[in-house]
Amino acid sequence: MSKTSSSNANHPQLTGAEIIWATLVGEGVDKVFGYPGGAILPAYDALRKFPIHHILVRHEQGASHMADGYARASGKVGVCIATSGPGATNLVTGIATAMLDSIPIVCITGQVGSKVLGSDAFQEVDITGITLPITKHNYLVTRAEDIAPTLREAFQVATNGRPGPVLIDITKDAQQNSAAFNFEAAAPAAYRPHPMLQAESSSIQQAIELIQQAKRPVILAGHGITQSGAEAQVLAFAERQQIPVASTLLGLGAFPTYHPLSLGMMGMHGESWVNNAIQQADLLLAFGMRFDDRVTGNLAHYAPNAKKIHIEIDPSEINKNVKADVALIGDLRETLELLLPLLPKNSDTSWIAEVNAMKGDAAVRDIINLPDNGHLYAAHVINDIWREALDAGRLAQTIIVTDVGQHQMWEAQYYKHDSPRSLITSGGLGTMGFALPAAIGAKVACPEKDVWVIAGDGGFQMTASELSTIVQEGLAINIAVINNGFLGMVRQWQEAFYEKNYAASPILSPDFVKLAGAHGIDGAHVSVRKDVTPTVTKARTSGKAFLINFQVEKEDGVYPMIAPGAALHEMVRRPASDPLLETAEDE
Amino acid sequence: MLHTFVALVSDKPGVLTRVASLFRRLNINIVSLTVGESERPDVSRMTIVCEAPDHAAHRIRASLYKLEITVDVDEVGRSEAVIRELCLIKVAAGPKTRSQIFELATVFRSRVVDLAPESVMLEMTGAASKIEGLIQVLTESGYTILEVSRTGRMAMRRGHHTSRVLKALGTPHPNHSDDTSFPEKPDADEILPNEFTDVHED
Repeated sequence: MSKTSSSNANHPQLTGAEIIWATLVGEGVDKVFGYPGGAILPAYDALRKFPIHHILVRHEQGASHMADGYARASGKVGVCIATSGPGATNLVTGIATAMLDSIPIVCITGQVGSKVLGSDAFQEVDITGITLPITKHNYLVTRAEDIAPTLREAFQVATNGRPGPVLIDITKDAQQNSAAFNFEAAAPAAYRPHPMLQAESSSIQQAIELIQQAKRPVILAGHGITQSGAEAQVLAFAERQQIPVASTLLGLGAFPTYHPLSLGMMGMHGESWVNNAIQQADLLLAFGMRFDDRVTGNLAHYAPNAKKIHIEIDPSEINKNVKADVALIGDLRETLELLLPLLPKNSDTSWIAEVNAMKGDAAVRDIINLPDNGHLYAAHVINDIWREALDAGRLAQTIIVTDVGQHQMWEAQYYKHDSPRSLITSGGLGTMGFALPAAIGAKVACPEKDVWVIAGDGGFQMTASELSTIVQEGLAINIAVINNGFLGMVRQWQEAFYEKNYAASPILSPDFVKLAGAHGIDGAHVSVRKDVTPTVTKARTSGKAFLINFQVEKEDGVYPMIAPGAALHEMVRRPASDPLLETAEDE
Repeated sequence: MLHTFVALVSDKPGVLTRVASLFRRLNINIVSLTVGESERPDVSRMTIVCEAPDHAAHRIRASLYKLEITVDVDEVGRSEAVIRELCLIKVAAGPKTRSQIFELATVFRSRVVDLAPESVMLEMTGAASKIEGLIQVLTESGYTILEVSRTGRMAMRRGHHTSRVLKALGTPHPNHSDDTSFPEKPDADEILPNEFTDVHED
């Protein structure tokens, strides 16, 4: 921080509040999500002097989710701002969501004056203490001259290496006092990647040998592909080596679904052929993924015959859940660029043929093939939303933002993502209430795209107050509420593991269309399949926000499913008594 | 098993919490943790001893390294290192029993640092086992130990050995070597960052 003290008279004296905005402008920020309050009021007083558009949220949780959605959609840093105390604590869920999914956001909170820190002053809370384990790093700033260097360092920390959220707590007096502002001098020391953060040549050699020996390799495509911008390298790698690609939830879209080598989503609700291919593999190439328990099932029985090559930017992920035979620590794109020219082309497609033969074993296709018998299933709705965008030629310009639960898994199964950043969802933390605010962030980042919220009736009610934000900002966001009258995933688990003891899972909802109407948002109820596509088209082409309440089958389940503790190939199929199965083409 | 890490961290407020919080998150009990100044004005040196499964060492080291305030991390358990702790022991002893304590202190190379009518204070520096030995002998000899204060272990590798990262940042003694190049090859088991590497001067 000593650099600023050398600043000279050529640089303007600004208040700390002005320095906050001036630094954000310097970092390329033109939109922030926030909510004013006492300890951050000096900053808000200076806001309108700067070319920054502030989106007023209805709850600070919305601000952190919006910054998150903005970052996921754009690849840039999302910024949110809140006051001290409850404003700051309300950000926490959104910060944790960003932490678990490695999303670069910068959160600015006001804090009581530095003289009264630690005195339980009005709206004082130790937010740096509270967010210590859920931020990549955080700062408490008590002096105006420290604001610019700290903010600039925060942007560097948020984006470098494995990205993540950073919080800066700025005391009220630091905002009110003045200091010379010199953006250039406030630059942090050049980011120094750790010397070990590049793959060793010996490990590269080992990896190449393993790849060449492999007869049944599978690529595990994770979120790191998009984070690193390695989509083209992964595509080239898979095609050159003829290796099928299974995706994690956050990896969906990084590898196009239409590609013949694409398997789809792996893990707890992955298709049987995906998980079977992984279980039968003799080599797993983990690209920017962390072997979460939702994708491995029982670790003791996970891919028992496979060697593992783990390409990962975070050394603490290596050997955390699954032992790697070769660990290539570093940026995925750079590492693949090292590997690619060293690998001879593979033309043996027998393994691909074997995997393709397994694809006949489809449980989820049953529902897509189902005739329109009057029942509305969430799978229909989601599949039709995808097809509508495809038929309209808008697929590449559509972003789906899902909440958490059954609809999230159905989305992953029935919506085919062909481009990166086309699915925004809370994976690691599984945050209900994420979809609506995150979609606002995505729409603000990409106003030219069609943004769909797909949320359940439970999660939607958690943050439905942000409907008002949509209207105030005039955002054309389409909302699909998958309404089954239950906290569906909870109900499914109660059905499967708690003898249908539906404790606290039935949920009463308001008339969502009327709720939207109260906000000035048009809407429609849909309860039969023939109405799905026309209503979706109407919403998409309305040019305004539009909410559709899809009244779907109440006790539908997500299948296949791997019970907790079971191995990846021990999937539970749709129960045979289920009338859905009778009309299925497969099985 | 016991793991011993040396962490070089920024000398800033809150750094201790960040390190301690990491161990809490990993649900690992810290046996001892010492913090103090290092040879650099802006870098503190911590020695952390913790009880954790054998295989946890890499993960702890990599997680420590992930903290933004961490400059470098070394695990000294696997190398030749000097590990010491300082202990103060206050023993109840009147004029009649003092002399025996003095003898014991001599045997253990411990020093008498305070003498009061009814107590003696001993200072001892050494490996943890030596300190425990002295306490055990005092207890078995029938003395009443009034207070024990131990610093916890401090560790430093033997030989001309330094942190690659610190070297790259520049030497704190400009008149000495300014060789900032990294050594060539890490050990075979060094698949995770451990930037302390032995450098032998010829």
